[in-house]
Amino acid sequence: MYKVVVPGDFISEETNRAGESTYVEEGKVYATRYGIVDEREEIKVVALSGKYVPVKGDVVIGRIAEISFPYWIVDIASPYDARLHVSEFAGASDKKIEFGNMNSYLDLGDLIMTKVMNVNVLMRIELGLKEDFKIGGRGRLIEISHTKVPRVIGRSGSMIRMLKEKCKCFIFIAKNGRIWIEGREDDMNLASAVILKIASEAHTSGLTDRIADFLDSFRKGKGKGQV
Amino acid sequence: MKEAEVELIKEGKRLDGRGFEDLRSIKIEVGVLKRADGSCYFELGDNKVIAAVYGPREMHPRHAQDAKMAVVKFRYNMAPFSVDDRKRPGPDRRSIEISKVSREALDPVIMREYYPKTAIEVYVELLQSDAGTRTAGINAASVALADAGIPMKDLVSSVAVGKIDGEMVLDLNAMEDNHGEADMPVAVIARTNTITALQMDGRLTKEEFERGLKLAMGACHQIYELQRTALIERYSKSENKKEEE
Repeated sequence: MYKVVVPGDFISEETNRAGESTYVEEGKVYATRYGIVDEREEIKVVALSGKYVPVKGDVVIGRIAEISFPYWIVDIASPYDARLHVSEFAGASDKKIEFGNMNSYLDLGDLIMTKVMNVNVLMRIELGLKEDFKIGGRGRLIEISHTKVPRVIGRSGSMIRMLKEKCKCFIFIAKNGRIWIEGREDDMNLASAVILKIASEAHTSGLTDRIADFLDSFRKGKGKGQV
Repeated sequence: MKEAEVELIKEGKRLDGRGFEDLRSIKIEVGVLKRADGSCYFELGDNKVIAAVYGPREMHPRHAQDAKMAVVKFRYNMAPFSVDDRKRPGPDRRSIEISKVSREALDPVIMREYYPKTAIEVYVELLQSDAGTRTAGINAASVALADAGIPMKDLVSSVAVGKIDGEMVLDLNAMEDNHGEADMPVAVIARTNTITALQMDGRLTKEEFERGLKLAMGACHQIYELQRTALIERYSKSENKKEEE
């Protein structure tokens, strides 16, 4: 059973261990957010809701929102838009990208797998590309709150490993809560239903076991299981 | 012609049967709106309020952005059917003032510096009104902000006190508000007893004021507990339900 706190709740007196989503006042640690307390490594509050704020190094799934030479403006499911410079693209291919032809490389609405290279104090966000950055085709995108991402991955990847294996799908989870799934139609149906189930029960304990039972019973009933 | 005097206190009880220091009944429900990032339904006696929080999201108009912190927008709006006579829809002098005061009541707890350049939008809609709506609005908004995952130092709780028939009483209803001598809404951070908003309509002596403030402080602690419980139960309840399945 997890301990749920609201903003202003007293958590502990160990101020030197105060971590994320907490603040210290008069030698005491208080919560700044509505969420679950995690005291394992440091004292932090795992928020149950909230918007994604990019951090350098995060891998996110973005959608091209605007083209403004020499940048693509990318929506990354955050209050802040990110920008991708043409040189990032040129690094991945050897063709010359010019003012008029940016859309032939990445057009509005295209999805990309991208890495946050830098975030400055003005919240100007620079993105970078790796190989195989373009996603699309036979697959689907689902969005959950970024706060639930760690639960979908599970402790040291246990949940996601199980999902990939039992749903027979390729699943990519980005830090901003966007998830890309590729596989057969009914496998994708199952995978997305299970991920949404994990997201809605993210605050409960014993989730991995419960999801495992759920997947097993589904596979046994083959198609009859209620999702 | 002078209005007929209304007797607001009979045999030591108020018109609705409450004692001087009693709150009206309170009901709080968290996460009532699916589309909003955070929401809360709040009932205080016959007041019915819904608060919705959106954001932090991109601030429009751009020139109103703050490069260092989020901007809080607060809209208090009464439904046309919320009062006895139809309320003309749209913002008016009163609702603009209440929006400003409520925003400033919540401002000290919101950690705005976490989200530079954005807007946090709070919408408070009054479905039914029976005096003390701004306090109900602040209570609802505070819970909705927490639900939206906005970082805050604390929750804000709010209640009104007033003077009727020469007595200081807690949480006026519409009848008492209209025929009473004074009305004083107060918003408080319960844990630290910090006052974040205080208004007064009517006249009070210094002693009455102090007595009223003490009453309000006590009541805000009660309301705080209810707000907190509502937020915590939301998750413990859903867990229990799942275990039963």
